[in-house]
Amino acid sequence: MREKRILNGDDIRRALTRIAHEVLERNRGSDGMVVLGIRSRGVDLAERLGALIRHVESAGSRVEVGALDISLYRDDLSRRPLRPEVGATRLPGNLSGRTVLLVDDVLFTGRTVRAALDAITDFGRPRSIQLAVLVDRGHRELPIRADYVGKNLPTSLAEEVVVRLTETDGADEVVLLTPEKVAQ
Amino acid sequence: MTAIRPGSPPGPALATGGFRHHDVLDLDDFALDEIELVFHTADGMKDVLGRDIKKAPALRGKSVVTLFYEASTRTRMSFELAGKALSADVLNLTASASSVTKGESLVDTVKTIEAMGVDVIVIRHSSSGAPYLAARVVEPAVINAGDGWHAHPTQALLDMYTIRERFGSLDGLKIAIVGDILHSRVARSNVWGLAKVGAAVTLCGPPTLLPSQWGGVTDTNGHQDGLPPPRITFDLEDALDGADVVMALRLQQERQEGGLLPSLGEYIARYQITPERLGWAKPGALLMHPGPVNEGVELSSDVVRGVQSVIDRQVASGLAVRMALLYLIAGGPQ
Repeated sequence: MREKRILNGDDIRRALTRIAHEVLERNRGSDGMVVLGIRSRGVDLAERLGALIRHVESAGSRVEVGALDISLYRDDLSRRPLRPEVGATRLPGNLSGRTVLLVDDVLFTGRTVRAALDAITDFGRPRSIQLAVLVDRGHRELPIRADYVGKNLPTSLAEEVVVRLTETDGADEVVLLTPEKVAQ
Repeated sequence: MTAIRPGSPPGPALATGGFRHHDVLDLDDFALDEIELVFHTADGMKDVLGRDIKKAPALRGKSVVTLFYEASTRTRMSFELAGKALSADVLNLTASASSVTKGESLVDTVKTIEAMGVDVIVIRHSSSGAPYLAARVVEPAVINAGDGWHAHPTQALLDMYTIRERFGSLDGLKIAIVGDILHSRVARSNVWGLAKVGAAVTLCGPPTLLPSQWGGVTDTNGHQDGLPPPRITFDLEDALDGADVVMALRLQQERQEGGLLPSLGEYIARYQITPERLGWAKPGALLMHPGPVNEGVELSSDVVRGVQSVIDRQVASGLAVRMALLYLIAGGPQ
C-alpha cells in the first residue's frame, strides 16, 4: 500500500473552522442545534465542530453535542461476517423540532448516513437534518449528498481513506492508501 | 450546553475474533472476551430500551421460536420482548399445547421448526442436554433457556451483567450462592461464568442440597478445568462473611417431598436470608434471586423489597443481555 497524506492537522482545523462558519451562516446562528456525531470518529469531529461553533458565536451559543450509534440500523448486517460492535447513543434530549447537524469522517457509499437517518427518526422528528463530513470520497450508492464538505477527494474503489484523530489515534491526519498495483 | 464525551475505546469485538458461538448452550466454553463482548453489546441494547421507541431494525426478517417444555414467565417473556425490540418475528410454542402431547419427539419438533426457516430456537426442557441434542440435529442457532439441572447460561449472563452494572467489574468480587445448589442450573452456569471473570464463588446450603465437590479435571494448582473451583460450606455465616453479592436460589417444594429436607421450617431456620443475616455480608452487598421467589422461604419478605435487593434490576438486565445474544448469534450470515 502506498500512503499519501491528504490533510495534516492544520488542514483539518481550517476545514472544520470553515464548516463551522458555513453552518452558522446557513442557519443564521445555532439556536436549537444538535451536532450529532456518528460513532466513532464522527463523534470526535462533532465535539470539535460544537466547540468551534460556540467559539465563533461568542454571544452564548447553546449548541449541543451528541453521539449516534448506527450498528443496529445497518442494511448490510446479514452480509458481514463480524457483527458491527454496538455502542451507546447519547443524545442531549429530544430531537423533535430541532436542527440536527449530522457529522461523519468520510462520506463514501452513503449507507452509513442512510442508517443514521433511520436511527434519528426513532428519536423524534427534527426540523431539519444537515450533513457535514471531513472527506467526501465519492462512489455513492444512494441519493445522499453532504451539505458541508471539508475536502472533496476523488478516489478509486481500490483505495482507502483513513482519518486519524488525536482523540483516538494520537495525531490528526487524513491519508489515502493506494494498492501498489493501482499506483503503477 | 452539554458536551458529551464519546468514550469509545476500541471495543472487545474488534480486538478479538468477535463472537464465535453458533449456539448458546452453557458458559463452560465461553472465552472471557466473548463474555465481555456480550456485556458491551448489552450496554448498547440498554440504550435502545431507554428510548421512547424501544425498537431497532437489526433483526428484521429473522425469526425466533421459543420452545418451552417447562413453565416460565420471565425467561420466555424476556426472550420474546428481546426479539421484538430488535424487530425479529417471535413465535411462542408451548409443549403442552402442541403436537408434543401427541407424542412428537424433540428432534421431530425442532426439525419441523427448522423446515419453516426459523433462525433461532430458544429451548427450555426438563431433561439436561436437550438443547445440545437439538443443536446437533438442526442448523438454526439454539439458545439454552434452561435444561434440567444442568445449565441456564442466559440467566448467569444477566446475573453477571447486573453485578457488573453496580461494581463496574466482577474481578475479585466475593459471591455467595445460597440454597439448593445440587439441583440448580442457575448455580451451575453462574459458577462457570463467575470463575471466568475472576470472581470468587462460595456455595452454601444444607448438605443434602450441595454437591460434595465441584466436578472437573483438577490440575496441580488445585484448579479444575483451568479455573479455581468454588468454595463449599454448610455454614451460612461463613458463606456470607465479606460477600459483595448474595445470590439466593429458589427452593423447590419437591425437594422436601423427595426427602432431601427434614422440613421447610428447618431450612428457613438455618438458611433463609433475613435482614440480620444479610448484615454478615459487606455493607451494601447486593441481594439477588433468579425468581420466582418463595417469599418467606429462601428470602424473608423484607429483604425481597429491601434496599439491597436488585431482583428487579436482574429482570431488566435480562432483556438487554438476551437482545445482545440474539444480535450476536442472529445478526449476521449464518
